Formats: sequence, structure tokens, C-alpha cells
Amino acid sequence: MDVNVRYFGMLAALTRCGEETVSLSGDRVSELLALLFKKYPPLKQVDFQVAQNGEITTEEALINHCDLALLPPFAGG
Amino acid sequence: MSRYIRHIALRELGREGQDKLACARVLVVGAGGLGCPVLQYLTAAGIGTLGIVDPDIVEESNLQRQILFGTATLGQNKALAARARLLDLNPDIDIKAYPEWLTPRNALARCSDYDIVVDGTDDLASRYLINDASLITGAPWVYAAVYKFEGQLSVFNYRDGPSYRCLFPTPPRVGTVPDCSEVGVLGVLTGLIGAMQANEVLKLVLELGDVLSGKVWLYNALSAESTSVVLHRSESEINRVLAAKDTFAHNYPELYGEISAEVALRKRDVQWIDIREMGAQPELKGLAIKRIPFSRLTQQIEDLDPRREKIIFCQTGLRSKRAVALLQSYALGDCYSVKGGAAALLARKNKRE
Repeated sequence: MDVNVRYFGMLAALTRCGEETVSLSGDRVSELLALLFKKYPPLKQVDFQVAQNGEITTEEALINHCDLALLPPFAGG
Repeated sequence: MSRYIRHIALRELGREGQDKLACARVLVVGAGGLGCPVLQYLTAAGIGTLGIVDPDIVEESNLQRQILFGTATLGQNKALAARARLLDLNPDIDIKAYPEWLTPRNALARCSDYDIVVDGTDDLASRYLINDASLITGAPWVYAAVYKFEGQLSVFNYRDGPSYRCLFPTPPRVGTVPDCSEVGVLGVLTGLIGAMQANEVLKLVLELGDVLSGKVWLYNALSAESTSVVLHRSESEINRVLAAKDTFAHNYPELYGEISAEVALRKRDVQWIDIREMGAQPELKGLAIKRIPFSRLTQQIEDLDPRREKIIFCQTGLRSKRAVALLQSYALGDCYSVKGGAAALLARKNKRE
């Protein structure tokens, strides 16, 4: 399945794109993450949460929507 | 009195709403890029009691976004300088300045004196501290944080809504999330996001509209796009904080301090620790400095004085943050990392001499 992944904050700098379409063979968030970690090894070093269809989700969740986003904490103020 | 006439003219607000603002007590932690616009609008709106916590000094590099300050206030404490400026804007309200850090020791007392806490800090450790103190004292907090051209905004610990720890349960490893001094920030972004925070405060006080609780609002200044993400309450994360309530002041594990070179140099009776490798330049003359390279820190931990505050610096201020976190994992408190490291200390020393 093809999913659209958006990267926020420093994650966009790490992946060098704001968003992209990723082709996935599995159907869980964990499988998407495994693929992204392989594609972008530095992603493993940073903290972030995953949102699906505008809602924070877990690694175990099934991907049932094509719109995913990776949100890191921001420190600035 | 004509000051609030445009507020009172709002049918949804009226005199009753303006009276609610006059009775409200709001604590703003950090008078920086976010804190300045928050304070400016809350003061203008007539919030009756405002508290400002900030130990830092106004520096020239702040003026690009910290709009309460100017060349005349360079070198002054931010909480005191902000108070003076705001009292000119509105002399009818009560403004308390706390020129000090929010620490595990004072956080609960500070937060319990106010109805709402606003986050204007520039580091994650302070945000976890504000979150936990807000959760324990029951004062909701209006969160915001920025990264270059992007901002995040939410209201946490509001009624039965989620907490910051429901979004990010534990602080990331020290040094993995950059702050504004490391990556830069668009000045106007902090103004936009700070104004949004002030708006959430007014909604909370006036009980108007939908408070931004249970979701995080994300804004990108370059694309002018915003989106929100729904967030759920995690009882286990919330209970973990509430369970630590009684030991909070003495056993708070996750705070690491960071201070500016100027504040560091003003401290008296402290132990200075240089964690750079032996022979690193520039050398700082005129201070009693103990050199313990980072690689030897845990072996030489007994050389650190547990009775004094410890000022730790490296070349850039990044490794010293890790050192402070490391020392805290050995239960050694009162350690501070110097922002900008040896170069900042040298520049500040030369300016003073």
C-alpha cells in the first residue's frame, strides 16, 4: 500500500523532504517505521510520535489511513 | 474607564468578562520569544495578576524577537525589565517578577499561586517541570514550542484532558533536540505562536469557545499551513507524575540546568568545572577552574563538591549539557551547563574587564 508521510521540525531536515509517498508491504505502523529507519538511519536517534489521520497512534496500530505524520518534540521558545 | 471599552463592547465578553480577566492570575515562565508577546497581550487585556519567571539577562541577540526589550534594557534581568515595560502599558494590574529559575524546589509553590501557567521557556527540561507542577497543582498550562519556522501549541492538564507526557512521555536524550540558539528561529514566528498562547489564556479565563485541549496545533510559517493532531489522555503517565507528588521538591530526576555565561560569571562560591580535554583553548584566566575531561567525569565524580553549585562548561555548551544529565543520574544536583561554552564565557569576561 502507498502511504503519504509528513515530517515535522528537525525530521524534515533529517529526511530532506517535508513529505513523501512510501510503498509499504505490511500494514502496521511498526512496519512503516522499520522501513523508514532503514531508509533514514539517523531517524533512530531522535524522539517522535506518529499520527495517523490526524490522531496520535501507536507502533502496534494498523495503518488504515494513507495520511501519516511524524512529530518530534520542539525545544525552542 | 475607557481602557477596556473595545473588550466590553464584545457581546460575548462584556463587563462580566472584563471582571473575570481582572480576577485572573497567570504565571508566565520565560520572558523570551514566546513569553514577550504573551505578556504584552495579557497585560493589555487587563489580566489582574501576572507573574514573570526568568533568571536571564537581556542580550543583544534577544532583540530580534523579544519585543518587550530594547537597547536601554541590555544587561538587565528579563523578568524585571519586562515588568517595568508592562507597567507602563498597564499600571492598573499587579505584576510580580521572579528573577530566578523555575526549579523542582519552587515550582509547586509558584504554580499554586496562579490559575494558569504559560510556557515561554526555551528548553525541554523546563517544560517537563512545568507540566508536572501544573498537573500536581491543578493549574492548566498553555504550552507552545518552536523550531525554526514551525510551532506547536496546546493546552495541557485542563480538566480531564491530556498532559504533555501523554504526547512525549519521557524527556528525549539531552542534546538530541536543538533549541533556538543552536538552529535559529524566525523572530515573527515566536510572535505569532505567543499571540496564539495569549488567546488560549483569554479563552480559559473567559470560558469562551473551545480550549485547545486534547489536540496539538501545528503551524508552519513558510507554507502558511496549520494542522491539528488529536491526543489522548494516558492515565498511566498522569498517575506516575501524581504519585511522585510528595517527593517532588527533593527527588525530581529530570531537570538539567543551563545558564548563560553572564549569569554564570555573576555567581559566587561555586565550583567551576572545565570538561574539555586537557590543553583545550581558549583558556579562562582568573577563575579557579577544575579540569575534568568529559571522558573521566564518572571516575572523578568525588572531585565535585556536593555542597556548592557546580558550573560546568565545554567548548560549545552541548557536551556540558550531557555532563549535567550524567551527573544527575549519579544523584548530583545543583549542576549548571554554560550556554555557548568557553567562547561565551571568554567573550563575557572580556566585556566585563
